[in-house]
Amino acid sequence: MSADRLSHLQAAWVIARRDFAAVLFSRAFFFFLLGPLFPLVVGAMAGGIGQKVASEANQSDIGVVMAPADSKAMLAAYRELAPRLGTTLPRLVEMELPGDVADAEQFLRERRGQAAAIVTGTPATPVLTGPPEAIGNWRGPLSLVAASAASTDKPSYPEIATVAVATSAAKERAGRILTAQAGQMLLFLLTMLLAGMVLSNLVEEKGNKIIEVLAAAIPLDALFMGKLFAMLGVSIVGIAVWGSVGGTLTALGSGALPSLPEPGVGWPLFFVLGVIYFAMAYLLLGSIFLAIGSLANTVREVQTLSMPVTMAQLMVFFFASYALSQPDSWVGFAADVFPLSSPFAMLALAAQSERLAPHALALAWQALWVYLFVRAGAALFRRRVMKSGPARTSRARGIFSDLLRKTRRAAG
Amino acid sequence: MKMELGQLQPAHNMARPLAIDARGLVKRFEGTLAVDGVDLAVPEGAIYGILGPNGAGKTTTLRMLIGIIDPDTGTRRVLGHDRPQEIARQIGYLPEERGLYPSMKAVEAIAFMGALRGVPLAQGRRRGRELLERHGLGHAADRQIRQLSKGMAPTVQLLGTLVHRPRLVVFDEPFSGLDALNQGKLEELIRNLAAEGTTVIFSTHVIAHAERLCEGIAIIAGGKVPFAGSVDVARDRIAPQVRLETRAADGPWRSALPADARSASRAGGSTFWHFSLPDGGIEQLLRRLIEGEAGILSLSIERAGLHDAFVAIAGEAAARALSRTNDGEDA
Repeated sequence: MSADRLSHLQAAWVIARRDFAAVLFSRAFFFFLLGPLFPLVVGAMAGGIGQKVASEANQSDIGVVMAPADSKAMLAAYRELAPRLGTTLPRLVEMELPGDVADAEQFLRERRGQAAAIVTGTPATPVLTGPPEAIGNWRGPLSLVAASAASTDKPSYPEIATVAVATSAAKERAGRILTAQAGQMLLFLLTMLLAGMVLSNLVEEKGNKIIEVLAAAIPLDALFMGKLFAMLGVSIVGIAVWGSVGGTLTALGSGALPSLPEPGVGWPLFFVLGVIYFAMAYLLLGSIFLAIGSLANTVREVQTLSMPVTMAQLMVFFFASYALSQPDSWVGFAADVFPLSSPFAMLALAAQSERLAPHALALAWQALWVYLFVRAGAALFRRRVMKSGPARTSRARGIFSDLLRKTRRAAG
Repeated sequence: MKMELGQLQPAHNMARPLAIDARGLVKRFEGTLAVDGVDLAVPEGAIYGILGPNGAGKTTTLRMLIGIIDPDTGTRRVLGHDRPQEIARQIGYLPEERGLYPSMKAVEAIAFMGALRGVPLAQGRRRGRELLERHGLGHAADRQIRQLSKGMAPTVQLLGTLVHRPRLVVFDEPFSGLDALNQGKLEELIRNLAAEGTTVIFSTHVIAHAERLCEGIAIIAGGKVPFAGSVDVARDRIAPQVRLETRAADGPWRSALPADARSASRAGGSTFWHFSLPDGGIEQLLRRLIEGEAGILSLSIERAGLHDAFVAIAGEAAARALSRTNDGEDA
């Protein structure tokens, strides 16, 4: 380091410290913390409503229209078998057809009553009338009920002795895939929620016209790095708050979080790797978003950019998810190596395998790409934005303004 | 004396080392030539002005000098270094477009600008308070930038430019947007900086500021520097102007007047004459006027102003552009 200027790290620290404090002590940060609450509330409400609708929709009965003795025998057999049949057969209810109806088929065709299907005949020769998909599903269990009702010798149902095996290779593999999927999903959600913040990060500096003061004093890549790490810090504070609140609520409540199978590297290391890969995914995506966003001049331009950026994030996530099931193929290797999908793929690997060496290699590889993205973004920013004085700047505002102008012109 | 484009003509003390030594700076933006072979030589401790209309290349030149952008060709040595950003702690820069974080307190903004140049925050805050007190803004130290008046916020940024005590200060259009009172204060500040040994270079499109303040100037137009040197040398590019008042309007003596003499009658009957001082001096002309009974009522010889020198050096088109720039700002 020369004594006549700040080193890159020092300069990045000055920027990161200011940005971190400015965001953390702003009102906007409070709303940022509340951010995940809205989808959770909406999701819970939608889930509750959906469950109620679904349960009402699924509440179907099979009407039994037989001679009184046969109906009684059928219902008795159903009550006895119901615990063993589970949900494979709807409730059986005794019913009578109205006088103006010739048979069960007419009754159902005229959409009368609440029964999803009707069983007629006798227990020895039952006839099930109903929609094709329903009768296909129910005829098997119903024949058991009818057989039991028709039989005078009540069968005894032996208790099945069970021997539990802690795990099997297949179960362990399936379980770890589940953990890997959950890890990737969480990583994706957090990255999507947080990395987009940096899109509009430099708009403030450009709006406040302080960017030239910063660019004159410190290297632009240090400025980019400082901003990235500041927002990473803000994100980690946010995650810590959300995690603490979520954990506390879980501890106070039922504690019924779905338990996932233990990942290959064990929970503590998986957690640590999760944090590191989140940081890497954030820095990789964030450095690209920062560079793209830095070329935008207004919040409106940033909003225009948000959609393709979100789609790009989704594509990366889908790619990493697809590669999850085929870790030893070229697709899996490509997902490990492609910088943007690498954190997702490697977190999945941590869930699926005990090996640690690939993580060291992957982290070094990802860090290299963060550095390259930041350098490229800073160079682009310097070339596109720091081109001239105010009079010219207003005419040559940036590639996104140019694009918008051309699009409008083309649209006529 | 005729000078080639961009030729250096430092009329200052040549023994002084140069704070800025730029040669042949060229910068293109997407094929457009913004700066075309600019040479500058600014001695340490000088107040130096870059004078030209908007779009002449002033901002691009300053940005190249401090390393925000690199020249396509040419070299610049700033305080003895080829890479100006390597000595950021020794340079202060006030861009034309002023800007601070609106939610920051004034003293924090100054401390932050100091931190960018290597001053620890605590020290920056202390110096910031001192600077604000010294410039009559002590009461605003803990106010947010957004709460300051239009005149106060630029002063805070100016003080932030100086908080790290730079050896070289670069101001891009520092007088732009300031009222007359604050322009006067800024002129005083610039003189004080120079008196303390700080080199000050600033761009301006207001000739009066350059004329009052600068030891050396560079006139820039269309990306080129047709003149670089002292204000005196620039003014000497035009012969002094003679202002003569005669009782008679015509007579044989009139043939003695130089070819460029222009006349204007006055209500009282006398006639005013304007012309350039002849190469041989005024004495011979005076003798012939007296002998021809022109009736000399008054005579004055005036040195050309910097504005006339600017017109002569940069051309009428650049002078008109400069006037438009000034009119635009006044409006």
